Parts: sequence; C-alpha cells; structure tokens
Amino acid sequence: MRKGGAWWAWLTFAIGATYFLVPLIATLEFSMRQRNNPVFSLFGQGYSFGVFNNVFGDPRFQQTFTYSVLAAIFTILLGVLIVVPTAYWVRLRMPYLRPVIEFVTLLPLVIPAIVIVFGYIRMYGSNSMLPFLGTTGGTNVLLVIGYAVLSLPYMYRAVDTGLRTVDVPTLTEAAQILGAGWTTIIARVILPNVLIAVLSGAFLTFAIVIGEFTMASLLNRPAFGPYMQNLGANRAYEPAALAIIAFALTWGCMAMIQFLSRYAPRSANRPN
Amino acid sequence: MAAPFLSIQHVKKSFGDNTVVQDFNLDVEPGEFVSFLGPSGCGKTTVLRMVAGFEEPTAGKIFIAGKDVTNLKPNQRNIGMVFQAYALFPNLTVAQNIAFGLKVAGASKADQDKRVAEMLNIIKLPQLGDRYPYQLSGGQQQRVALARALAPSPKLLLLDEPLSALDAKVRVSLRDEIRSIQKRLGITTIFVTHDQEEALSISDRIVVMYGGVAEQVATPFEIYNRPSTKFVANFVGTLNVLEGTVVDPALGKVRVNNDEIAVKHSLNGAKRGDAVSLALRPEAMALGDYSGHDTELHGKITDVHFLGSVIRVRVNLGAETIALDTFNNSRTPPPTIGDSTKVTFASNDVLVLH
Repeated sequence: MRKGGAWWAWLTFAIGATYFLVPLIATLEFSMRQRNNPVFSLFGQGYSFGVFNNVFGDPRFQQTFTYSVLAAIFTILLGVLIVVPTAYWVRLRMPYLRPVIEFVTLLPLVIPAIVIVFGYIRMYGSNSMLPFLGTTGGTNVLLVIGYAVLSLPYMYRAVDTGLRTVDVPTLTEAAQILGAGWTTIIARVILPNVLIAVLSGAFLTFAIVIGEFTMASLLNRPAFGPYMQNLGANRAYEPAALAIIAFALTWGCMAMIQFLSRYAPRSANRPN
Repeated sequence: MAAPFLSIQHVKKSFGDNTVVQDFNLDVEPGEFVSFLGPSGCGKTTVLRMVAGFEEPTAGKIFIAGKDVTNLKPNQRNIGMVFQAYALFPNLTVAQNIAFGLKVAGASKADQDKRVAEMLNIIKLPQLGDRYPYQLSGGQQQRVALARALAPSPKLLLLDEPLSALDAKVRVSLRDEIRSIQKRLGITTIFVTHDQEEALSISDRIVVMYGGVAEQVATPFEIYNRPSTKFVANFVGTLNVLEGTVVDPALGKVRVNNDEIAVKHSLNGAKRGDAVSLALRPEAMALGDYSGHDTELHGKITDVHFLGSVIRVRVNLGAETIALDTFNNSRTPPPTIGDSTKVTFASNDVLVLH
C-alpha cells in the first residue's frame, strides 16, 4: 500500500516535472542553436553559448536590468513600509478589518495592470493635481508605487502568515511595558520575527518587478520587461536566452526563499 | 502606617454593556506582595491590565507612588510585568531579552552587561545568556521573563498567572523563587492567580475577587480561617457547609440534623427558627474526642480516602455528608466504612456564612 503510494507520487512528480521542464529545455536548446563557433554538437546540431554572451554584453540589457533591479529594491522597501505596519495593526487592534484588507490586497490580481496604469495616467498626468508624470523622477516614483500595488497580494500574505506564527499582542505588551514605543516595537520586535516572511514577499516582489511589462511600457520607462519584449520582436535566439535568464532569476529567488526559511526556527516563537 | 505605594480608587471597567470590574478599591504598601485570586472571568486580570496601562478604566483613578498614572501609557509607567505565556522575544538571546528594557531606556552597553549578569545570577541561570528562548524549558523561560521585567528596576512588578503554564513541580519551586527574589529586592508586587494554594503560600495579602468585585481583602490566614463571604469560604480551601436552624440566638445555639451546637461567631441578627449556613474546614474536625473540641455531631462513615499524609473521611450526618481530614498514623488502622462515629470540633471554628 505504502509502496504503491510512493510509486504514484513519483509518477505524478515526473509528469509535472516533464510539463514544466520540456518547454524550458526546448527553449534553452533553441537559444543555443546559433551557428557561430559551436562549442559542442549533439545529434549533428552545433551548439554555443554565444547568444548569452550577446545578451549579457548588450548595454541596453545592462541598463534595463539595472533599472528594474533598482525599481524592485524601492518597491520592496515601499511594500515593507506599507504592509508590515498595516498587517501588524490589523492583527493587533483591528482583527475585524482582516477580511476587508485581504479583499483590498487581492484586487491587483483581479484588476489587470493595464487598467491600473491607465488610471494612473489619467489621475497623475502633467495637468493633474499630482503631476507625477510631468517629470522622469515622478514617473519613476509612480512606477514603483504601481509595482508595490501589483506585489501587494504576495507581500501581504507572506507578512500576515509570518505574523501568525508570533504572539503579536503579548509580545507587543511585553515590549510596551519595558518602555518601548511603536517604532521600537515594530523595528526591534515585530520585524525581526517576521523577517523570513518579509524576505519571501521581497523575493516574490523582485521576481514580479523584473519581468513586468505593461506598466513600464505604458509609462515609457527603460525597464527589463519592455526590453525583453522589444528584443523578442526583432531577434530570433536572444528572446529564448532572455526567457531562460528570466526563469533562472525567478527560480533563484524561490531558492533563496527556501534557503532562508531554513533559518526561520531560530527566530520563530515556539510554543513550549 | 506608610502611604500606599499603589492606590486603586473606585476603579470600574466596562466593555460595552458588560461591567467586568465594579468599584474596585485597593491600597498596596511599599514592598507588599498582594495576590488577586478568583475564578476565570472574575476581573482580576482586567484590574492588573488597568494597573499596567493596557486597559483604560471606565471610571476611577490609579496612583503609583502618589502619582496619578490613570491616563499614562504602559511605557511611561515604569512597571515590570511577567506574562503567563512568557512573552520572551524569540529573535533575541536570553541576555538580549533581559537587556531590552535597559536598551530602550538608553543605558550604556557597560551598564546593560553589568545588569544582565546581575539578573542572570539572581535567577540562577548565569550560563544561559547566549541561548535563545526556544532552547530553554518553560521554567527557565519564565525565570528569564522575571529577570527581564526586573532588569530596568521597575517601581512595581505585575505577575499575570506566571506559573499557570508550568508543570506542578516547577510551579512550586518557581513560586518560592519568585517570593524570595521579591523579598530580597523589596519590590511591590501584584500577582494574579486562580490557584488558591499559590496565593495562600506566597502573599502578604490576598484580594479574593468574584463578579468584578473584591469579596475580601485580607492576609492568607484571615482569608482561610475567617472568610467574610460564602463565596470566599467556598472558593478558598475545602469547606463543609451545614444547613441549620437557629434555636437560641442569644446563646448562638443552632440545630443541625439531630444535634444542637453552640456557635461562637455572630449569627448576624438571625432570629429563632431562621435558617443559617454554617461552615467547617475538614482539618478543624476529628473523629472522636480531641483536646479543645467542645462540640460534637453524630453520623456514619461512608467513605475513606487515603491521601498519603492525610486520610479524608466522609461522614453522613443524616441530611448532609461532611468531609474531615485526619493525619495518617502508621500504628493506627484507618477508619472503617459503615462504622457509627462521633465528629468533634471547637465551636470557635464554626463559621457563619453571610
């Protein structure tokens, strides 16, 4: 019975892995088909890593990738600043508001990014009361705000799940009675205890921002997503290589979450 | 008499229509150890939380060292508190936990280290400064919580059922340790518990609470031996309640079943023929004659429980069955079920319940 169960589990895993891996392997295989200076050959087909050299050596790749990484960092900071105090306060003082907050944080999954960005363009145009789009800096800020909205469902859930493992009211009271104010409580007690959860949210946010196309494109910012799209429209092999790079980045983020979660028990509140 | 260190004056607390504490008054002397004892929902923790500043009184005032703290935030009251759930910061080591209050107060690193070492010695865990809370047992965690609460030298120490989550043996040893540390430091302490043995064993005074009201405020000896209300008598210790009829109010004579007994305590204005509830502790009675016992009742032994050092015997008096304790004596066989017996006690030990 037990052996049969394990067999089915492995079969399911193999089907799933095939479903995910075959297209990836096919994409990788295609990206390496560029015929200049093949490094090795397989079944009569020559392969090289030249396309990856082309991509990494392209100054636009470096610029757009740097831009998106910076945007991701600011998005994460903004997300943490908004989500951690909100999730903490809802858990501590307004648990009745949780369904409302959960609904609000889910909205970005329901409302397409294109709707949000068109809303931004109408609301924050150069003739509006808050003319974010009037300057490059303002547009960058608006893009980061937009990214923070897109990543809200992931960041909020990650932080809220982290807070669930901590006795928030008692730890808050313990810190308060020892003289701590709200800033100290959040910075020294709450945040360190949900740090792993925050990092999970941060890596998910990073993965979203790196590949985001719609907002960056419509706000006309030099981000990695529009660059990938542009390259895909004009080249044959490079888009495949970029797809592999993007997957590697996302999976790298997931691996970091897994790796960091191994350290969670050190800071988690364990019931005796 | 010294001025009260903690003064709770006419404090009331309501949550919506539900009043959980009603006109609560208490003065606590400097260095005194006062326990709030009562069943769940009696309001004891609410009073403690109002003293800590976690709840705002609906009415009334709270003074600490003569200063009105009613509207002060918890972090402005200079109070130490130990929670039932330990509440150690899981991301900090034992030493960092103890130093937390000092760090918040802006103490120098050298002062923090010195005080942490002092506190670790007081709680007898000098070697565990580098451990994390999850690496400690429940008893050790609670001792660290006590050290953390005491490290900033608070004016007042609040203990919110700190022993409830511990096993029986650790509970007793930690209870004695808490009392010994409290006495050594001379810190005024409020201890909340629902465990009467805990309250009786370590308190200078006990506040027995029921339904948001302080039923009696007295020393453990008085609470146990002279309970002022029926609730206190029933809640603290085991009690036999005997329903009787007043025969002669002037002489305190009351008929209980077929026996007539004289009661030394006031019958509270009861008249001849009135029903009256009398109470006796199991250890105040003996089987057969006993020195100083001037009153007797007659009945039949219905049950005998061997409890080690004590044997609990149940005697049926007719309408009621009472329980009494006799010391175990290895040379004397225990009483036999079914035997007719005489139960004696001192009339002075009979309590009249209000």
